[in-house]
Amino acid sequence: MRIPESTGSYARDNYLSQGRPGLRGWLLTHDHKRVAILYALAITGFFALGAVAAALVRLTLVQPDSQWISPETYDKSFTFHGIVMVWFFLIPSIPNTLGNFLLPLMIGARDVAFPRLNLFSWYLFMLGGLFTIATLLLGGVDTGWTFYTPFSTMFSNTHVIMAAAGVFVSGFASIVSGMNFIVTVHTMRAPGMRWFRLPLFVWAIYATSVVMMLATPVLAMTLLLIALERLAGVGIFDPALGGDPVLFQHFFWFYSHPAVYIMVLPAMGVTSELICCGVRRRVFGYRFMAWSMLGIAFIGFLVWGHHMFVAGQSMYASIAFSLLSFAVAVPSAIKVFNWLATMYKGVIDFHAPMLYALGFVGLFTLGGLTGLFLAAVALDVSLTDTYFVVAHFHYIMVGGAVMAYLGGIHFWWPKITGRLYSEPLARFAAILMFVGFNVTFFPQYVLGYLGMPRRYHDYPPPFQALNVVSSAGAAILAVAYLLPLWYLGRSLWRGASAGPNPWHATGLEWTTPSPPPHDNFPEPPVVERGPYDYRDP
Amino acid sequence: MSTPQPLAHAPQFDDPTQQRTAAVLGMWAFLVTEVLFFGVLFAGYAVCRWRFPDAFAAGSRHTDLPMGAIETGVLLASSCAAALALRDVQLGGRRAATRLLVLTAALGATFLVMHGFEYTDEYREGLVPGLRYTQDGPLAGKMEFFFYLYFAITGLHSVHVLVGVVLMLVMALRNARGRFRATYFTPVELAALYWHLVDIVWIFVFPLVYLVGRAG
Repeated sequence: MRIPESTGSYARDNYLSQGRPGLRGWLLTHDHKRVAILYALAITGFFALGAVAAALVRLTLVQPDSQWISPETYDKSFTFHGIVMVWFFLIPSIPNTLGNFLLPLMIGARDVAFPRLNLFSWYLFMLGGLFTIATLLLGGVDTGWTFYTPFSTMFSNTHVIMAAAGVFVSGFASIVSGMNFIVTVHTMRAPGMRWFRLPLFVWAIYATSVVMMLATPVLAMTLLLIALERLAGVGIFDPALGGDPVLFQHFFWFYSHPAVYIMVLPAMGVTSELICCGVRRRVFGYRFMAWSMLGIAFIGFLVWGHHMFVAGQSMYASIAFSLLSFAVAVPSAIKVFNWLATMYKGVIDFHAPMLYALGFVGLFTLGGLTGLFLAAVALDVSLTDTYFVVAHFHYIMVGGAVMAYLGGIHFWWPKITGRLYSEPLARFAAILMFVGFNVTFFPQYVLGYLGMPRRYHDYPPPFQALNVVSSAGAAILAVAYLLPLWYLGRSLWRGASAGPNPWHATGLEWTTPSPPPHDNFPEPPVVERGPYDYRDP
Repeated sequence: MSTPQPLAHAPQFDDPTQQRTAAVLGMWAFLVTEVLFFGVLFAGYAVCRWRFPDAFAAGSRHTDLPMGAIETGVLLASSCAAALALRDVQLGGRRAATRLLVLTAALGATFLVMHGFEYTDEYREGLVPGLRYTQDGPLAGKMEFFFYLYFAITGLHSVHVLVGVVLMLVMALRNARGRFRATYFTPVELAALYWHLVDIVWIFVFPLVYLVGRAG
């Protein structure tokens, strides 16, 4: 059996042809599938903006004391890169595109529980995006994506309130989506779709939604306090009056550490689906996989203090946060070992989504293990605020989350569009991305270990060689990101029809025509067995 | 959309029961996010009060206790009215329910007006950080934190009360037009849930702002 293969014709009556035609049909749609596409288009645009900012940073760092952009512009570039990539790409990436599209399909529902709220979420997201772009046009913001006080409240002369407003508004998009997905999973499952028959992707989106719902309000209020403090000239984070700037860090990381799990949990869900299809086996230890995601979501709320080992928090707090951070590694390791056990002695098909999934496992493992280095208080004291940290979280977020996002986009592309893309090109892009990513970010581990601090536009000349390698890798990475735009776009016109199930995968979403009809299923599905009902070929 | 179809349900649901379950669960989820939203301010209050207990006690003595106590009573009574209104809708007593919903909104509006008077007094006394803060003395600087948090918490709470008042009036209007009945009352139930949350937040605000530190 060769996959992907065409398994039928293009379904003419689908969510793209049904419903109200024209632009209004898209901008006023209540269809979760169309909202997913709206989100996908928006985040692709934001990804491009964030990538341009990253390119500015990498170009500046090609030589020490580069003068081609000013230090102020450099600060604004990495700040814009951080804000856009975190809140306008990574947070909504998998949940709001693949999650929105697939969640109702995977549980056998006609739509999410609150379709209007779903569309409202997209408008909130776009409004937040407008604020962010306005910030850029007005001259940018230079606080770093973390908005640390007292710099952000008292000293920065840039557009902090505008930037915070953008994040604030898009935060509500996140909250609304999280609530919507939680209620959908609880109340909209098809007959027979018991909790432990849910695909792991649904578990991942569920766990992510819980984190979105519980963490994001804290960020929203914290940003409100920043704005209030700038406007009033007084506030509880102001050290001049005896206030506590570290309190801001507590609030900020109470959201922003769990936010890492908002980015990586859905990636784990995607990877689980991809690997099971790639080896055509049931996942090893299904219940452990489901519980470990909930475990990561839960413990993830208790580790925020590891961002503040050197911020003057008490030694005992640091020890507790350090131990808890080590504890997150346990459910994460369960997942990695279970993926490996799923593939062990299997016949692996190295199609493009599987390559992305394997890339995810490898890069996530490296990023996760270096996370353990940083969770150790003694090591963190010397590694904090160096490029080691930058490399660590890029391995999780770019190596992990972006690889899985693209893997998922490839895997479900035939379902979403009804078309098959060019497999050879896709495999080439996946491998190029893996290579380019490592060339970009592995030298940064070394640079950080050698002591190069982050956020500086200048560095001592001995660091130049590794910085050049890193910037060259970024160029490879850029090509690898542009390739899918081309061949996926081309497949819309030239691609062969996919038919309902080109991967011969299990799961309810593959039982309906591609692209799915407006109501998702011609007949309401009834579920009789668990997910991953693969038989060896 | 103008003719009421009480037992109809949105196309994504199988039946009205599923729709009701989803709506109520969604409201509870929303209330959880509200708790966390206010939670940041309460955490900020806890940290600052722990650091500056004397200044917070002094700040607390500047608040208007009788006014705060009456406001608490008004809000509790309004919550009771909201609960009774829901019960009347469920039992089919439309006119009684409309009156109770209007009463809920009126009590909420009373709360807002009373709080407005408090704010005016505090502005006159120079207790508003950022706008007019004229206190002096050894505790004045730290007391500013108390009033900063006081205005942040009560201000945000008042915005929630305002939203609730509008919500209750909308419910009263829709109920008077016969949109709800014993078999369909979900919107009233959701509005009442929201109103109770607003009330509960105040139950925490009142002792923290008005009572704590007065005895000392």
